Amino acid sequence: MTAVEQEPAKSPPAPPARRERRLGSVEVLAVLLVALVVFRGPIAALVSDPRWQTWTTVFVSVMVQATPFLVFGVLLSAVIAVFVPRSFWARALPRHPALAVPVASAAGVVLPGCECGSVPIAGSLIRRGVTPAAALAFLLSAPAVNPIVLASTAVAFPKNPEMVVARAGASLVVAMVMGWLWLRLGRPEWIRLPHRPDLDDTSKWRAFWSACRHDVIHAGGFLVLGAMAAATINVVVPGRWLQALADNPWLSVVALGVLAVLLSICSEADAFVAASLSQFSLTARLAFLVVGPMVDLKLMSMQAGVFGRRFAVRFAPTTFVVGVAVAAIVGSVWL
Amino acid sequence: MNRQAQAVILLLLGGAILRASLSDLYLRYVKEGLRPFLIGAGIVLVTASIMTLWYDLRQRLDAVTEHDHGHHEPRVGWLLLLPVLGLLLVAPPAMGSFAAGQSGTALRNGQQSDFTPLPAGDPVEVTVLDYASRAVFDDGRSLTGREVTITGFVIPGASGEVYLARMMLACCAADARPIKVGLTGDAPGGLAADTWVRATGRYTLRRANDTVNGETIPFLDVTSWQQVDTPKNTYES
Repeated sequence: MTAVEQEPAKSPPAPPARRERRLGSVEVLAVLLVALVVFRGPIAALVSDPRWQTWTTVFVSVMVQATPFLVFGVLLSAVIAVFVPRSFWARALPRHPALAVPVASAAGVVLPGCECGSVPIAGSLIRRGVTPAAALAFLLSAPAVNPIVLASTAVAFPKNPEMVVARAGASLVVAMVMGWLWLRLGRPEWIRLPHRPDLDDTSKWRAFWSACRHDVIHAGGFLVLGAMAAATINVVVPGRWLQALADNPWLSVVALGVLAVLLSICSEADAFVAASLSQFSLTARLAFLVVGPMVDLKLMSMQAGVFGRRFAVRFAPTTFVVGVAVAAIVGSVWL
Repeated sequence: MNRQAQAVILLLLGGAILRASLSDLYLRYVKEGLRPFLIGAGIVLVTASIMTLWYDLRQRLDAVTEHDHGHHEPRVGWLLLLPVLGLLLVAPPAMGSFAAGQSGTALRNGQQSDFTPLPAGDPVEVTVLDYASRAVFDDGRSLTGREVTITGFVIPGASGEVYLARMMLACCAADARPIKVGLTGDAPGGLAADTWVRATGRYTLRRANDTVNGETIPFLDVTSWQQVDTPKNTYES
């Protein structure tokens, strides 16, 4: 153990006073890692139960699946935060916030990412002076209506091409409604972006990598929380519970909305899951597809981390209600 | 959590992702097509870690006083050790019989309306999904008179029957859904759940309904079977 604790001494001298005050996090980390390697056997034995094993598999796979998208989102968000001048957004978006909302929603169409990446991007946009209403509309629309998601929806529903149109339409409507609702009812103090002096660093590249490091650690940590919740739901809730709900047309719409929140599946994959929920009506499955990319456990966790808890407790439930309502209306008119 | 600790976590996460995607480990969790993106993400994470350490070192050498060092840094980042632990130390297996038993067979109508004849060969190797779709949606027309071989893992049924299943993956294991085929005739008995089996047999009219979602499960009249190793990619897509 002593060898491990001495390791940081190899790095150039830091102020000794701080070293004495408390154990540094590098030391904690080193001890933790050594302990993990030593107790590898008992840990592996703990997860040999099929329930735990499935939990671990789902948890690890959600994290592995999300990492490339998180990294892509973090890189783009760091570019926005460091290299794109504020004046660009003033020129790119309509001056009036009410007009900026639909433009931002439509802009989500071109970004091929899933929801994990769009949270840090929206945070950066607000930081760079984009009106929150437009940034939030973008946050909701980008993972729901991008080309990859729409293509996978078309593949998953080969007999119902109208699902693609309904999904794109309903998602855009929800994003715009939420943007406009924010303009009317939202309060700026609900959004609390963390103080980040490092973004104004004199060296752009230092600021860029600092933003990447911070966002991966921060948003990634909240992603872990969400992935743990999603894995738990996956293991605990058996599929036969759903069967009972499928027969009631109204209840089924709400039920699949809730299921989308709980399962927290990536928006690029949710269409295939929706297609396999064949006992439900198309309208209920549309609710699953509209709500999923906008509200789910890992998103709520990440939003609370990036925008603050006061924001998340208001924004997520409202989005859920608007999402289910719009999906029900579009579904009953169109499908 | 200070910057060096964050750099170490980034390095571990990037390293774990790289190790999983450069070996076959990633196939247990995600689709094959994600591989280049995983490698790219791993490289970015490792680079971010190195750049963090580099700037940190230079700052120390320049003896710049750091005010924000160690303060207000996200504590939640510690949780990122969990996926690292999961990938490097535990490396859980691909989704198997427990998950397959919990969700209904994902065979859905309308995937295909006209089925092309089976390829040549007797017995002919088909996927579990292909066999099940031909059996249920084509009423076994393209299967009659042919011997087929399917490979999957065993799920013991509630009343002694044996099912062969394969998980379908759309994106990652969280959305894995099973396709189940019942085994009759010379069916393997007494095998533990999750044992991989290659079964050869003929189409039969026997059907069952999945107790989870009520969908149809077709059967295969087995003439011979053998136990096989777990394949590299356990999922069908």
